[in-house]
Amino acid sequence: MTTAAPLLDVADLTIAFPTGTPVIDFGFTVAEGETLAVVGESGSGKSLTALAVMRLLPPAAKIVAGAIRLKGRDLRALPEPEMRRVRGREIAMIFQEPMTSLNPVLTVGRQIAEVLRLHEGMSAPAARARTIELLDLVRVADPHRRVDDFPHRLSGGMRQRVMIAMAVACRPRLLIADEPTTALDVTIQAQVLDLLDRLRRDLGMALLLITHDLGIVGQWADRVVVMYAGRRVEQADATRVLDDPLHPYTRGLLAASPRLDASLHYSAGPLREIPGSIASARGQPGCPFAPRCPLAQPSCRIRPPPLAAVRPGRLVACPVTTASELADVAAVGL
Amino acid sequence: MFENRRLLRVLRRTVVQAVPTVLGIVVLNFLLLKLAPGDAADVMAGEFGTATEETMAMLRRQFGLDLPLLQQLLAYLGNLVQFSLGFSPRYGMPVSELIGQRLPSTLMLMGLALAIAVVVGIALGTTMAMTAGRWTDRVLSVVSLLFYSVPGFWIGLMLIVLFSVKLGWLPSGGQETIGAGLTGLDAVADRLKHMILPATSLALFYVAIYGRLTRAAVLEVASQDYVRTAAAKGLAPLTVTLRHVLRNALLPVTTLAGIHFGGILGGAVVVETVYSWPGLGRLAFESVMRRDFNVLLGVLLLSSFLVIIANTLIDLLHAWLDPRIEVR
Amino acid sequence: MTAATSGHTPDIAVAAPPLGSWRAVRAFLRNPAAVLATLFLIMVAVTAVAAPLIYPEDPLSMVARPFLWPGQNPTFPLGSDSLGRDVAAGLVWGARISLLIGIAAMALGVTIGIVVGATAGYFGGWIDDALVRLIEIFQTTPSFLMLVVLVAIAEPRVESITVAIALVTWPTIARLVRAEFRSLREKDFVTAARGLGYGHARIIFIEILPNALPPIIVTSSVIVASAILMESALSFMGLGDPNRISWGSMIGAGREMLRTAWYLTFIPGIAIVLTVLALNLIGDALNDALNPRLSSEP
Repeated sequence: MTTAAPLLDVADLTIAFPTGTPVIDFGFTVAEGETLAVVGESGSGKSLTALAVMRLLPPAAKIVAGAIRLKGRDLRALPEPEMRRVRGREIAMIFQEPMTSLNPVLTVGRQIAEVLRLHEGMSAPAARARTIELLDLVRVADPHRRVDDFPHRLSGGMRQRVMIAMAVACRPRLLIADEPTTALDVTIQAQVLDLLDRLRRDLGMALLLITHDLGIVGQWADRVVVMYAGRRVEQADATRVLDDPLHPYTRGLLAASPRLDASLHYSAGPLREIPGSIASARGQPGCPFAPRCPLAQPSCRIRPPPLAAVRPGRLVACPVTTASELADVAAVGL
Repeated sequence: MFENRRLLRVLRRTVVQAVPTVLGIVVLNFLLLKLAPGDAADVMAGEFGTATEETMAMLRRQFGLDLPLLQQLLAYLGNLVQFSLGFSPRYGMPVSELIGQRLPSTLMLMGLALAIAVVVGIALGTTMAMTAGRWTDRVLSVVSLLFYSVPGFWIGLMLIVLFSVKLGWLPSGGQETIGAGLTGLDAVADRLKHMILPATSLALFYVAIYGRLTRAAVLEVASQDYVRTAAAKGLAPLTVTLRHVLRNALLPVTTLAGIHFGGILGGAVVVETVYSWPGLGRLAFESVMRRDFNVLLGVLLLSSFLVIIANTLIDLLHAWLDPRIEVR
Repeated sequence: MTAATSGHTPDIAVAAPPLGSWRAVRAFLRNPAAVLATLFLIMVAVTAVAAPLIYPEDPLSMVARPFLWPGQNPTFPLGSDSLGRDVAAGLVWGARISLLIGIAAMALGVTIGIVVGATAGYFGGWIDDALVRLIEIFQTTPSFLMLVVLVAIAEPRVESITVAIALVTWPTIARLVRAEFRSLREKDFVTAARGLGYGHARIIFIEILPNALPPIIVTSSVIVASAILMESALSFMGLGDPNRISWGSMIGAGREMLRTAWYLTFIPGIAIVLTVLALNLIGDALNDALNPRLSSEP
């Protein structure tokens, strides 16, 4: 894979609740400055993974196995006070619901300044001045006035910009965006994603984009990890996944997502839903997708198929669709 | 600027709503008391034991007790408009003066009790919520339920047994050490000493209420998205609780504090009896027993007024705490 | 004031399972404190009912040497008061008054509260406005002060005390029921009932009320507790029924001897505390059992 040491390295991550195991042997890496998209439908465990990186899992959830390394440092082993210095300063996170993610009784300015005062030790006036700059940076109109507004006076898109300003205030190395545009109007979505992408380049940070919408990855992500029922089922460069999806689940996702440049593989006909639901993966001894998979073989139901490297940087967990590719690989002697 | 205008609008709305309520209270209380068998003349006659029909009639005429009901009501309302609460035949002085003498002690007692209840209750509730499910929470939950179940007058008596009779630390009643001639700080300390036990007795029940309420509210708020946002910033748990959780959790707590203000005032009747505290509650009780209905009406009216003022303050506090509140 | 306060009974929520649900019963039985409290209350109730059998003598009569401390004389395990009355007999007979007034006042208050609250919440409009105003008038007068006035002017007797307590507690239930009805009347099943041409009374009592019952039941147990507290405070102040012994009047009598014989105050107080605590524990457990949304599990 990538040769340089990754910024974030998540390996073999398994998260368990008393009632189930929503993330199993999951892993990915994020390189400095790149955008990695983790894609999967709701319930796939992608948000839990993001919270695990922040060490903000709900109390009932436990990381039972795996490693989370930031620049080689094991975040799982970090004492809580040190972890607090990572949050908001080295890794920042924005959430799906801008309407509820801001404290309703504090002005947006105070909420942004709070993180500056905490991590940068700024005085109140300095933090306020910097807050206004940040609001300007995320393209909030009239930042001098907006800084004293309470969240309920702002639209959803504006609030998400405030969240972004808060997240990038301390120039984190990594920004985790958990479904940042799902709750927003379609017209606002592209603006917010553009903003995130611009900030990533300007501030030199990496972006971990968590989404259920494969349609947005082509334009904004460098690489994609597809997640299903807590497992990694496919990983590749963004363009590869879109042009030539290998896992049947990825194909289903692609068929179900509206894209302007609908590829030839999946004609621009009506959107097709993947039949069944992710709940059917529960208690499956074999491939979690087998109950919904149009190509499932009897062997798929015995044990989960391993991730296989079909090409450098490309991993797929489906022996059925990759059989021919693997044969090619074997022939070349890779 | 905007903030003040908003608060003023809240204030105006509350006051406008209060007027018919106050009028209803006056009329209702008046009719209730007039329907009651017996009046001040009966009780006075009973006490002197020698009253003839003529003296009774004279007494009634003197106090206007012989007039038709509606006329008495109108006369009373007429007095009220001129800020007069009438005259007490028993105490021989205007009701307003009588109440004026007693009001400050009751307000001091209630103020201290309310302060104890709010401060201890919120601290208790926050502690319970932060340790939810663990043994600290369980023990404190039982303690608060116990506070909730103890009659105020009984705990008052038990506190007297312990702190006055057995330990001799605190006085068992009254408002000040009579005849000690204390001045300045000594007098204040003496007053405070006399207030500790009654205020505590009065407060315990409300400590429990605010504690339980705060616990529920903090737990509810703690699961909100913005609390996760605060944690994601790297704030320490205590900062998150104090700055982000508590302020939101206090919204429902303040609302209920207003509702319970009347309850504390009612509780003062009993606690003032236990501690021979010369306050409004004692006055109300005495005037009921003596059928001194002018005084009683005055006390009832003033109590309702206090409740309304408390509610108004709470509304303002609520509006100040919650910027989303606009005039509805 | 109304809009801000009406929705705030946060420990009691809508949307509960039907009453017959075994899940709620099992949840209640899994709570050891609640089971213990229930057993204790049953014991108190049995003692109260059987009082004439246990202590056939009038509890107000002199039976022993005055000021026997508890344990001094095995015939009078809890001692005797200044007039030589048996404290244990007083406790047993006092339980009758406490429970009788507590339950009767609750029943009456809840009935008034349901009628007023249901009417206001169901019909809305000017009826609602007027009734809310009425509720507000009652809630603006300090309830214990009101109680003292009502009992004092109507001669303290069991009946008048019961009615007076009911008169100061109904607004709590009325507000709760009103809020429930306001949310329930918009539900589909109510619209359907209207479409079928059912009368208002049928819709209120057969269609909506059963769905509003869980929070009413929870509050009722707490109201019994507070009614017992109110009765004891009244009796303590000398406004109890003079012909009946009650826990509050025992405390009131014991108060005079507080310095020398504090057990006379202590013992009946403990009886009140335990009974009220049991009722509150049951209220809490009912709330948890009927409102799974608020229990600790997600």
